Amino acid sequence: MAELDTSGGGKHKGGKIRSKKASTRVDLTAMVDLAFLLITFFMLTTTLSKKKAMDLAMPDNSVQKSQLPVAASRSMTILLGSHNKIEWYMGEAGKSAPNVDNYGKGGLRKALIDNGKAVAESHTAPDNFMIVLIKPSDKSTYENLVTTLDEMSITNVQSYAIVKILPFEVDDLKKNNLY
Amino acid sequence: MPRVKVARKSTFIDMTAMCDVAFLLLTFFILTAKPKVDDPTKAEVPFSSKEKLVPEDNLAMVTVGNINGKSTIFYSVTGSDIRAEALKAMGEKYSISFTPTEINKFSLLEVFGVPIANLKQYLDLSIEDRKGFQQTGIPADTTASNELGNWIYLSRQADRGLHGKDLELAIKGDRKEEYPAINTVISVLAKQKIFKFNLITDLRAAPKK
Repeated sequence: MAELDTSGGGKHKGGKIRSKKASTRVDLTAMVDLAFLLITFFMLTTTLSKKKAMDLAMPDNSVQKSQLPVAASRSMTILLGSHNKIEWYMGEAGKSAPNVDNYGKGGLRKALIDNGKAVAESHTAPDNFMIVLIKPSDKSTYENLVTTLDEMSITNVQSYAIVKILPFEVDDLKKNNLY
Repeated sequence: MPRVKVARKSTFIDMTAMCDVAFLLLTFFILTAKPKVDDPTKAEVPFSSKEKLVPEDNLAMVTVGNINGKSTIFYSVTGSDIRAEALKAMGEKYSISFTPTEINKFSLLEVFGVPIANLKQYLDLSIEDRKGFQQTGIPADTTASNELGNWIYLSRQADRGLHGKDLELAIKGDRKEEYPAINTVISVLAKQKIFKFNLITDLRAAPKK
């Protein structure tokens, strides 16, 4: 099929009649066609990219363990509001006005790094790491939560927890049109 | 004067090498093939910069997706033996008897999102008809006993009994899903004292610092 006869016709002038040697070449065209067809099929049906994930460890609320007293000035609270905006404040609620910020490099990440540095400078080691409380409101999305958790790992915040949001914090979000 | 004859070349191309390569690739793809699981929720997972791989087996996954404007929970667990065992246990708990054919069908079901009361009906459908079936999601709430919680609990028990391993948990949620839906799943897990689990994400390029 893929081979044209180029022998140029018979020239049998006398001489011995030889039996024609059969070619040992096998035509592989059809086989290659089939192989590539199957490759295409398997390539399209497989998932080459493996699923990636992030770890999340929640605190165990069911048993009251001995809880360490922690200075309120070391804690940073992040409220996740709607419209991809956040509010954060340092220390106890109500003592300082919350800052409205957005996710991303110039927003949350900068705030985390700056506050982390400030806490590390104003407290004595080894208890000078910042504690971050993440409080997602009902209007925040799952993406917001994952982004925030991701920022924790990017900025190397060692201790953080997802905490239930309190009613007055929701009111505060409402005041800023983030709920 | 004799005519100059142009030597006619053979048109035969040697395909041996090409054939070799093609079959080599084919073997690779067959051996690494893992069929795509059709995700009924079409959940678009959020991005993160974490690179932890999710285990391929020994995993139970809760998918929270949006179907017709309602957040719907789907459940999937790897291993057909675990699935079969979990279904038997669920049947006992909710006093629904499943036939061996139904158990067999269920063990081949990768992901499902129907309440246990409708599961029999769903399993009896042919694979084509299942696509048109409106899956309403697995009921879940924050009480100690709910369907999603029981599914997870009994799958874990089955995995313990069959393989002596602890099932890993993963949550796959749609980006736009509101937090309460995810919180429900997290509290279901917390009720069973599962405090460590995976959130399935897509890899984002590492941030430049």
